[in-house]
Amino acid sequence: MNFTPEEWTAILLSLKVASIATLCALPIGTGLAWLLARRDFWGKTILNGIIHLPLVLPPVVTGYLLLLAFGRRGPAGAFLDQCCGIVLSFRWTGAALAAGIMGLPLMVRAVRLTIEAIDSRLEHAAATLGASPLRVFFTITLPLALPGLVAGSILAFAKALGEFGATITFVSSIPGETQTIALAIYGLTQVPGGDAAALRLAAVSIVISLAALAASEVMARRLSRRIAGFA
Amino acid sequence: MIEADFTLHRPAFDLHARFTTGPGVTALFGPSGSGKSTILNAIAGLETPTAGRIVAGTSLFFDSGKRKNLAPHRRRIGYVFQDALLFPHLSVAGNLRYGSRRRTDMTAIVDLLGLGALLERQPARLSGGERQRVAIGRALLSDPVLLLMDEPLASLDIARKQEILPYIESLRDRFHLPVLYVSHAIDEVIRLADQVLMVEQGRIMASGAPETVLASHLDSGRFTQISVLTATAKSFDSRYGLTTLEHKAGLISIAGRLEAGHESRIAVRATDVTLALAPPKDMSVRTALYGNIASIAITQSPVATVKVELAGGQTLDVSVTRKAIDDLGLDKGQAVWCLIKAVSIDERWLGSA
Repeated sequence: MNFTPEEWTAILLSLKVASIATLCALPIGTGLAWLLARRDFWGKTILNGIIHLPLVLPPVVTGYLLLLAFGRRGPAGAFLDQCCGIVLSFRWTGAALAAGIMGLPLMVRAVRLTIEAIDSRLEHAAATLGASPLRVFFTITLPLALPGLVAGSILAFAKALGEFGATITFVSSIPGETQTIALAIYGLTQVPGGDAAALRLAAVSIVISLAALAASEVMARRLSRRIAGFA
Repeated sequence: MIEADFTLHRPAFDLHARFTTGPGVTALFGPSGSGKSTILNAIAGLETPTAGRIVAGTSLFFDSGKRKNLAPHRRRIGYVFQDALLFPHLSVAGNLRYGSRRRTDMTAIVDLLGLGALLERQPARLSGGERQRVAIGRALLSDPVLLLMDEPLASLDIARKQEILPYIESLRDRFHLPVLYVSHAIDEVIRLADQVLMVEQGRIMASGAPETVLASHLDSGRFTQISVLTATAKSFDSRYGLTTLEHKAGLISIAGRLEAGHESRIAVRATDVTLALAPPKDMSVRTALYGNIASIAITQSPVATVKVELAGGQTLDVSVTRKAIDDLGLDKGQAVWCLIKAVSIDERWLGSA
């Protein structure tokens, strides 16, 4: 297939946005999942609700809230601009933030389920062997939760790749800056004669999604086999 | 070693544990659900008592008054769980190394527990007995000041138990490590324990030497009535496969081999003893212990319990029918011979004193 430079830009931008979004959501999501799975604290239900909000809210609302908070005049946006010179609104970094926030609940759900399935007495056993809570987390919980981390990352990546509503509301659809595959396809369907190009991009997103899914299957199988001792 | 006095409240369960333990093996013995494992968890710091105090040696583990609760990983306790709980993603060597301190000698423990051939394996590929051995090794390598064992043999069959028991005995004898051993199997307690804590319904009902605690607290009907005798192995007859042990009240013949000079504890079920008014002859029974009737407990049941004080001072409980008591005219102070079939003293019931 021959892609036009504009199409290439959209494809590479999509991959960049989705990868960065997933990489940033991974440690945050894992930490939150561990908190929800293993700790009891005041406000746990509220935290859980907030994490899941992007899953149930109309994406446009999430995007609008992001715009209010992280726009140049928003409190978080102004702070980031002044302290670190990071601007999110109408930039690809903003697209990554929107995609990451939309993917986070999926990540947290997948990782939390895996952590809850780990026998907590294994963690107790590690503690009696002198391991601090931090060491227990990194040497026992995290390795045993790896299949969930992989599954959660793939879900978040796929969500980020397809994210539309929050992204277009927060950072608009600027070619070369925030126009991901999904936004490009939408743009193409709005102009006469864009059907062929839209179809080509649709095929690309199908291929990327299937490849990600296959990769996660292979990795999950290899990981669980190693844990079961048949490596 | 351990001084504990604490309470732990849970919705349907109340534990009040107050005890001290000495060196050697202390068995926490009692029925399932009596609170034995909860006591171990409280000592390990895996469960927090509602109130009270736990001290191990010189280190204060828990004191509700001083708001002190030492984190589990700072307590230096080895814990062997019933189902081993090996880390499934690590090899045997990885499991052993997990808590290992530089001071501990890995090869010595690997040799002691016979783990050399297993080091590269994953836990999923070990048998139950092997897993338990690795768990014991892993706990020992963390160089603990105290070893907690929660029914480490409960999930194993008799053959596997026989495989592990000698290792636990050698911990006691070679490492001089205080061990708190939870069990509801009386044979393990008899074989291993220097001290017994009887736990029932969240309370410590009795504590002391196994001979006395087990003998006086097994009458509840919950357990088979058992007496514990101490005797010294004298000789082994290889032709018949019998070991003769010396007891002040007479010779005891048992099936199986014991090292000569080995002081052993023997558990005898009250129902396995026959009373005779004269020394036996023309009988198949090889073991006859001489003593005097100390008391006769008669209830509504057709079976009564006769306590015989054996020559040398130990007491043997004997189950006889009320009819037999009347027919023989048994009475307090009377001289009797207690006949015990050699086959009724199973090798499993032997422990070294």
